[in-house]
Amino acid sequence: MSGLSNILKKEIRELLTIQTFLPIILIALIFGSMGNSIHGITEQTKTPPIIGLINEDNGTLGNITASVLHSAATVVYNGTTDADTQQGLTTVQQKNGAALIIIPSNFTTDIQSNKPGSLRIYWVMKGAGLFDTIPSSTVEYLITAANTQISKTLITNQSVNATVVLDPTTRIETTIFKNREFTGLSPTVITGFLSTQSLLIPIVMMMIIIMAGSIVITSMALEKENKTLETLLTLPVKRTSIVTGKIAAAAFIGLILAVIYMAGMSFYLGGVTSIGGTSIGNLGLALTTQDFLIIGLSLFITLIAGLSLCMLLGSFAKNYKSAQTLTFPITMLALIPMFLTMFFDYDTLPPALQALTFAIPFSHPMMAPRLLMFHDYVLVAAGLIYVTIFAIITISIVVWIFKTDRLLTGSTSKWAKVFKLRRRRPF
Amino acid sequence: MTATVQVTNLVKNYGSFQAIKGITFSVDEGEIFGLIGPNGAGKTTALRVLATLLTLNGGTATILGHDLVKDASEIRKHISYLPEDAGAYKTLTGRAYLQFIANFFEAHHARDMVKRGIEIADLGARIDDRVDTYSKGMMRRLLVGRALMTNPQLAILDEPTSGLDVLNAQEIRKLIKTTAEKGTTVLLSSHNMLEVEYLCDRIALIADGRIVEEGKPSALMQKYQVRNVEEVFIKVVHQ
Repeated sequence: MSGLSNILKKEIRELLTIQTFLPIILIALIFGSMGNSIHGITEQTKTPPIIGLINEDNGTLGNITASVLHSAATVVYNGTTDADTQQGLTTVQQKNGAALIIIPSNFTTDIQSNKPGSLRIYWVMKGAGLFDTIPSSTVEYLITAANTQISKTLITNQSVNATVVLDPTTRIETTIFKNREFTGLSPTVITGFLSTQSLLIPIVMMMIIIMAGSIVITSMALEKENKTLETLLTLPVKRTSIVTGKIAAAAFIGLILAVIYMAGMSFYLGGVTSIGGTSIGNLGLALTTQDFLIIGLSLFITLIAGLSLCMLLGSFAKNYKSAQTLTFPITMLALIPMFLTMFFDYDTLPPALQALTFAIPFSHPMMAPRLLMFHDYVLVAAGLIYVTIFAIITISIVVWIFKTDRLLTGSTSKWAKVFKLRRRRPF
Repeated sequence: MTATVQVTNLVKNYGSFQAIKGITFSVDEGEIFGLIGPNGAGKTTALRVLATLLTLNGGTATILGHDLVKDASEIRKHISYLPEDAGAYKTLTGRAYLQFIANFFEAHHARDMVKRGIEIADLGARIDDRVDTYSKGMMRRLLVGRALMTNPQLAILDEPTSGLDVLNAQEIRKLIKTTAEKGTTVLLSSHNMLEVEYLCDRIALIADGRIVEEGKPSALMQKYQVRNVEEVFIKVVHQ
């Protein structure tokens, strides 16, 4: 065997491990599922939006607008008077529609009098994730198409007023979301605001978990590598104290990091005091002191749960190198809910993804701000209870591992056989 | 004389591999007892079991009259374990490391323990330097200081002079002797037969997880008509 092939064989044997491939396999799976989601979103944009339409205007321009909407949308309700509004809205909500559009009786005459025609739009918003606004964006696109058609008609008739031709309609918008009405705001504006306000916690949570988590895992690995763990375990100190001490120290450091990070972010968020000219307090979207305390509690309990999980993973780390690999699952668990809560609302997720999101402890403080803005205390409380139970169970497992040989001898022979890992016998 | 350590038919398995195949021995109070054998014989496993780090799969063991399985927490108050190739927390100074360990014991003894640890380690001004700047010999002396500063009733030392130069090894051997003279029982492992001959009151030769011979070094040398323990071991293994 030549020198090159000898080295090649040895290097490949060393690199060909589950630890090398698992992260890449997981990334591939995540990209695959993201690709499926994006494909679903692409399909969603191709589907005509579902709307309700009340056309009170018998004029040409009102009919043109109605015609454009009929041609490109699935109109589930057709009305002719303002009195139909409530019924139309109910139908749109029942049919999972995006909006009820009302063309008022003076629509054509206003435009012909060089005043923009007012379209009244009742948006039915299902979720506040970035992808949840796709149906309303499609309707907005149709309104733009109707505007273009009106502009063409005005130019053809040579009744040209530049301002009106360029912008022939205005909107009087009301958005209905989670049984609340937001007058003067579109779903896009509300989503933008909610994203800004609820962006802080997911990022902070992710940063803390990754940083504090890697501290715990690395600490465990170094204890094993330097054999300080063996000394520690023979000292008159309870296993529970060792586990709790390590988790509490990492949580403390994590919280310091969080405070530093949040200080910067709060300056950024402090600038947002109103949306669409209305103060967030008047819209009922401001978080109260009690809400902030609940978010803080959620963040703290989740941090403890996350660090317990890191401790559990760290107990399997053999050395510093393997510890680096073990931080990967934690990073992924922090990233998945961060992206899910960014792109979707919990309510609009498919049941399987809802279950996954709920099962990942890090999701709960990420979802908490938005849930609290809409007074959904049940889900927040359920999350707190779940994460507390998760933390207790995980800590109990870690303490149990600390009382067994597994901490020092590594994986059990059963698992080693499953993964066909070659285990060095400890002497 | 009271037996500080009493081991009867001790068995330890790692999955399907049997590392200790039923060993029996006892160590008397104030005695230096050596487990002697080649690499992989089961010395470290036996010491780790007796140091309450690993669980046993068969047999019984008592330390200072306490059952190893039922009273592990109580045993930890009275023993001290020095693993082979052990390290210390690299961000601490030698003194801070000794203080950290002493804090696990009764508070009013902590100051005396640290003082004793510093004396045993004998690192001079370097005791206030970070541990990661220590040489291997300095590190081992610090760890021996750590292991013996608590005045344990039983010191379990795994290859205490492993990897040390002649001078450092000699100093540590003297330390162990002095500690035993003051009443501490010492259970150590070594594959250095000459060291064992110098240090141990009694030895047990262990091979392939079994004790193949036991007794005082001088008695064993006489029994096998050889000049040193190394030759005893070779004769016993070849039998």
